[in-house]
Amino acid sequence: MIPAPAPSLALWKKHKGTLTPWLFLLPGLLMFAIYVLIPIVQSIWISFHEWDGLGDKAWIGLGNYIELLDDDTFYTSLKNNFLWLVLYLLAIPGGLAVALFLNQNVMGIRLYKSLFFFPFVISQVVVGLMFTWFYAPDFGLFSALIEKLTGQQIAILADERFVTYGIIVAGLWPQTAYCMILYLTGLNNINPEQVEAARMDGAKGLKLLWHVILPQLAPASFIALVVTVIGSLRSFDLVSIMTAGGPYGSSQILSYFMYEQALSEYGYRMGYGAAIAVVLFLIMMVFITLFIVRMLSQERNS
Amino acid sequence: MTFIKQLAGLHKLAGLAFSAALMSTSAFGGEIILNSDQTDPAPKQAMEELIAGFEEVHPDISVKWNNFDHEGYKSAIRNFLTAETPDVAAWYAGNRMAPFVNAGLFEDVSDVWEDNGLNDQLKSAAASMTIDGKKWGVPYTYYQWGIYYRKDIFAEQGITPPKTWDELLAACAKLQEAGVTPFTIGSKALWPTAGWFDYLDLRVNGYEFHMDLTSGKIPYTDERVKAVFDKWAELVEPGYFVANHAAIDWQDAIPHLVQGKAAMYLMGNFAVATMKDGGLTDEQIGFLQFPEITPGLPMAEEAPTDTFHIPSGAKNKEDAKKFLAYLASPEAQTRMNKTLGQLPVNSQSETPEDPYLDAGFHMLSNAYALAQFYDRDAPAAMAKAGMEGFQEFMVKPDKADAILKRLEKVRARVYK
Repeated sequence: MIPAPAPSLALWKKHKGTLTPWLFLLPGLLMFAIYVLIPIVQSIWISFHEWDGLGDKAWIGLGNYIELLDDDTFYTSLKNNFLWLVLYLLAIPGGLAVALFLNQNVMGIRLYKSLFFFPFVISQVVVGLMFTWFYAPDFGLFSALIEKLTGQQIAILADERFVTYGIIVAGLWPQTAYCMILYLTGLNNINPEQVEAARMDGAKGLKLLWHVILPQLAPASFIALVVTVIGSLRSFDLVSIMTAGGPYGSSQILSYFMYEQALSEYGYRMGYGAAIAVVLFLIMMVFITLFIVRMLSQERNS
Repeated sequence: MTFIKQLAGLHKLAGLAFSAALMSTSAFGGEIILNSDQTDPAPKQAMEELIAGFEEVHPDISVKWNNFDHEGYKSAIRNFLTAETPDVAAWYAGNRMAPFVNAGLFEDVSDVWEDNGLNDQLKSAAASMTIDGKKWGVPYTYYQWGIYYRKDIFAEQGITPPKTWDELLAACAKLQEAGVTPFTIGSKALWPTAGWFDYLDLRVNGYEFHMDLTSGKIPYTDERVKAVFDKWAELVEPGYFVANHAAIDWQDAIPHLVQGKAAMYLMGNFAVATMKDGGLTDEQIGFLQFPEITPGLPMAEEAPTDTFHIPSGAKNKEDAKKFLAYLASPEAQTRMNKTLGQLPVNSQSETPEDPYLDAGFHMLSNAYALAQFYDRDAPAAMAKAGMEGFQEFMVKPDKADAILKRLEKVRARVYK
């Protein structure tokens, strides 16, 4: 006689189809909740308080946000974040140009490709340090060059007019390498027949690039755009290592401002820092929503 | 999948995630756990000697020492004071310890002072260790600030060390004429500018005013604060500071002095070691007290003090107090400061033999009062905004009024 299956086993058999995917998702969902969702809710909650991280939290409602609207540093950060966002996009055409240049078969091309990719592999901190020395007055290569050309020194990182641009250039170096690798993989997948056909029809040069190559690179362009936009909003490491927001706060950006207010030696204003984080999060949400809407609509179409 | 990773990454950024550095700090009988941040060679050696000396005197107590990186320590202390508490922790005097005292995280150690006659022996630092009439830690070392100058350049130009503001201005003019920038400074890390503000304020308005200002009782828009900036402008406007100082750190400012491009440096005594590493000798480096500005005003000096405290969550307070008592003793401080190359706080200790420490000891023992430094006297949020203002002023002196107005706004918020 076959023993009757235990009730729990029966339950399992019945719902196997629906339960299995959830079981597989469970570890991921748990991690996502613990490390992403719950901290977001906590941050929003903290942003309504005044809290030094040690004592009791005091509820101040929208106080932090009102103060933020009256804070000059906040507007400097917003302006700089905007500059980052716009100028960082140069990494995309830059990456494309390098990728097109490297997409050929000559001796040692693999070596050249890895050399061009190198800046993305090294840590942002190292990139920041290298550019700091590059710009350094008196002994930096760049300031020596400027002195040769113009007869006077410009300390990029000490001049409020140039400092943000100086840091963005440092950031573009690894970011261009990143976009390049995205485009290089994209170029590998280009349909040679289409290119052939276009050539037969007499297309060449920029026309060929614009009408035949680029449309096929659209997925790569999309990813490059996403990582560049998000990268520009997260440009914390370079600012921290190169200027710490200085001189006198003129290279400040939201992510560093948040860190400084909440977690640095001179801050420990958790509520205010959290309020900045929420603002940054909202700005990012705009882009994330756009990207997700596009991804979903693509999925539906395919 | 990069996209997903980036998404997850930025969520993490948006959600302030705190991670406590967990350290094994369980205490056994007769063991004390000590957290500090002495990773530089000399301080590290001084600590090792201190611990060895203590264990010799108290063979039944052993010390477990967790040594932290200097910058990391500043955030680590907030975690370990609330979570895995050590028995002794290094920190600083003045307002810098106020947040921990007010949050009830430091233990009142007035009895250690009382029982060991420290009120008398450590008298010079008593005020900066006192909050609400109680003592909250034990100081063991301090060092002077002042103007370090190139003796040989001064001699070449026929300049005698200035004692008054007018003499200083005359010396600066003479140096500049000879193609030497009078002062070097690196203001990238902000705090070197605070040395200037402190000294100018101490000399223009005096110690009491400076303390009232750093404790938030005086608005930054006050005429007397403006007067400090006016004096400062007398040095900034003619270009008496090296150019591009906002791009360099305090160490990077020393080559100017070594190469003879600049002649003076307002700094703490710790800079002497770096100057000597750069090739300067005792014959070339001179030390002078910051000159008098308002005639007849008693001269107060900067002397940042390093301290040890007992966290209120400590498990072995009894032995920790023995450690503080040992740390305060004249012998321990003599030995430690000999290695550190700094001044002992205990008045019965011997000062190390060194021309600059001698000069500093002489100056500090005659000082009217001791300030701890702007970022220790003023609360952190005020100090940050203040020093950023000082840096901006040193680049754009004509913006003084706008800067002071901004600082006043911060003051109103920080001290409310």
